[in-house]
Amino acid sequence: MKILSKNTLAALAVVVVAATGAGNATASELKVEKQEWTFAGPFGYFDDAQLQRGFQIYKEVCSACHGLSRVAFRNLGDKGALGYSKDQIKALAAEYEVTDAQPDEEGEMFERTAKPFDYFPSPFANDNAARASNSGALPPDLSLMAKSRAVGRGFPLFIVDAFTMYQEHGPDYLYGLLTGYESDEPNDDGKYISHGYLGKDGIIAMAPPLADETVEYTDGTPATLEQHSKDVISFLMWTAEPKLEERKQLGFKVILFLILFAGLLYLTKRKVWANIEH
Amino acid sequence: MSGHSTYQPQSGIMKWMERRLPIAGLVHSSFVVFPVPKNLNYWWTFGAIASIMLVVQIVSGIVLVMHYTPHVDLAFASVEHIMRDVNYGWLIRYMHSNGASMFFVAVFVHMARGMYYGSYKEPREVVWILGVILFVLMMATGFMGYVLPWGQMSFWGATVITNLFSALPFIGEPLVQWLWGGFSVDNATLNRFFSLHYLLPFMIAAVVGLHIWAFHEAGNNNPTGIEPKSNQDTVPFTPYYTIKDLYAIVVFLIFFAWFIFYLPNYLGHADNYQMADALVTPTHIVPEWYYLPFYAILRAVPDKLGGVMAMFGAIVILAFLPWLDTSRVRSARFRPIFRICFWIFIANTIFLGWLGGKPAEGVFVILSRVCTVYYFAHFILILPFLGIFERTSPLPASISEAVLKANGSSASEKA
Repeated sequence: MKILSKNTLAALAVVVVAATGAGNATASELKVEKQEWTFAGPFGYFDDAQLQRGFQIYKEVCSACHGLSRVAFRNLGDKGALGYSKDQIKALAAEYEVTDAQPDEEGEMFERTAKPFDYFPSPFANDNAARASNSGALPPDLSLMAKSRAVGRGFPLFIVDAFTMYQEHGPDYLYGLLTGYESDEPNDDGKYISHGYLGKDGIIAMAPPLADETVEYTDGTPATLEQHSKDVISFLMWTAEPKLEERKQLGFKVILFLILFAGLLYLTKRKVWANIEH
Repeated sequence: MSGHSTYQPQSGIMKWMERRLPIAGLVHSSFVVFPVPKNLNYWWTFGAIASIMLVVQIVSGIVLVMHYTPHVDLAFASVEHIMRDVNYGWLIRYMHSNGASMFFVAVFVHMARGMYYGSYKEPREVVWILGVILFVLMMATGFMGYVLPWGQMSFWGATVITNLFSALPFIGEPLVQWLWGGFSVDNATLNRFFSLHYLLPFMIAAVVGLHIWAFHEAGNNNPTGIEPKSNQDTVPFTPYYTIKDLYAIVVFLIFFAWFIFYLPNYLGHADNYQMADALVTPTHIVPEWYYLPFYAILRAVPDKLGGVMAMFGAIVILAFLPWLDTSRVRSARFRPIFRICFWIFIANTIFLGWLGGKPAEGVFVILSRVCTVYYFAHFILILPFLGIFERTSPLPASISEAVLKANGSSASEKA
């Protein structure tokens, strides 16, 4: 056993040395700065007020171009969501018009007021319509945005991340994108540059969507670009991972139980083996 | 599975059953009184851990199928439906997606243990070969499973891997179209992958049965690599190894739970949360981490057919290990040079895995080539010649003697 562990260490050392050597040879990719998020870590949670502010930003800014098609109005009132009551959600849904899934008695498709079970209607009828309105660029649906983009962290950070439970690559990347715009003015092609965007040279079709005072908060939170970005990203983290709070809470209980159970099994095992020289 | 059963049924109903279907006797002789060397260390628990992971995958998979829709237009949405609307759907799906990784973790450790202690040597060659078959089946199952959510990496991974077969001369093109069921990866491909992904785990379970049958015939190897000489050297499987395996399984489940609850997407790719799009190619197409060493070997060879052959060769060569290793001594404990070569081999394979995740350019290609050559050299040059030239340390007379010696030295160290 002793020889084994010495060898294990030696082998690990070989891997570490070899890997760092090769890692230095590559050009570093986009640098993403870590941000503070309420939903990070083992006790991560969504802050209702922050999610509501983020939703306000989505509604007033993002939704002009971006859909949220996997989220239903009813979801806003789910456990671990925005904390809206049933009546609030009914009122909210009533602000929207949707096309009913079934035709009416004459066989015509018809518009009606949205109900809580309806999903957020998308701003464009289809992808081509979206492209046509945005000089050829397709504004992606935001439902899963917070976990469908990420920048690799490289060796050895990705190993550290497994121990520190770092899973916020997506939100950190989005924060860099939203706060990394070089200028409000488009270049000659009508494009913009964000230093936080993964595309070539950071050239992005989306104009800077947020700035200081873009949205008027009602709860007294300072309406800075940074605060706007954090709020809307937190909201998008919820749309991407609506069961995050439940998951982390259950995980803590499960792991605690497993540790206790393992402890008892270990003692039982020792007792069973007590008289065997092994 | 180990000779005539010594099982004595107590109750009337068991006596009745035993005369007709002696299944209780079979369980009794295989998992209760079955003699196991008393000196197995914790590396030996990974077989049981892998079996449990297989069960976890089958059970969670069956539940997922109740809510999943195998159709290119609906698959992605049905996975999101599981994540959002199905009660504890997120838990079942994260169990299954991370469970695949955990199954591979357990099996990799299990294989490395077999290599270190020479568990593949006479008379356990068939046990080892069945293990290699299991490994191949697992890789196929995992690959097809990763296609099912129909995300970007699912689609492009499937495209890249199935395209490998087009490298074969003459039959390549028609073979790939036959695999796809069309002229590209599409609905027909998704449907057959789903069908096979459901079938293969049961084949894996069957081969696991053969694997256990085979090693119960030869008996367990052990860290000394010498066979038990008397009853002094063994203990009955129950309670000694049932409790030890159970303890190890629960510790492993803590590791598993860490990923399910706190890092559920750590081992996946962000791109797979974008629905498959045949018109948009991801910048880096990377397979799941457990294929990366083989992916690096594939890309290390400049020729397409050569790369495909090297990749499959890297797996197939494992089956010949019992004959490539010429040493009569099983355990690395008594093979000082092999022990070093083993760890270099492990480091080399892990490093290949890291290279497999990097773009195939510049220094990564050169390093991949060096490591690929070393990978094969380990099997074709080092193992055959090492067995002839290596001076091994003296073997203990028996397992009991080895145990006494080890405990004696550790006791004197403490004092």
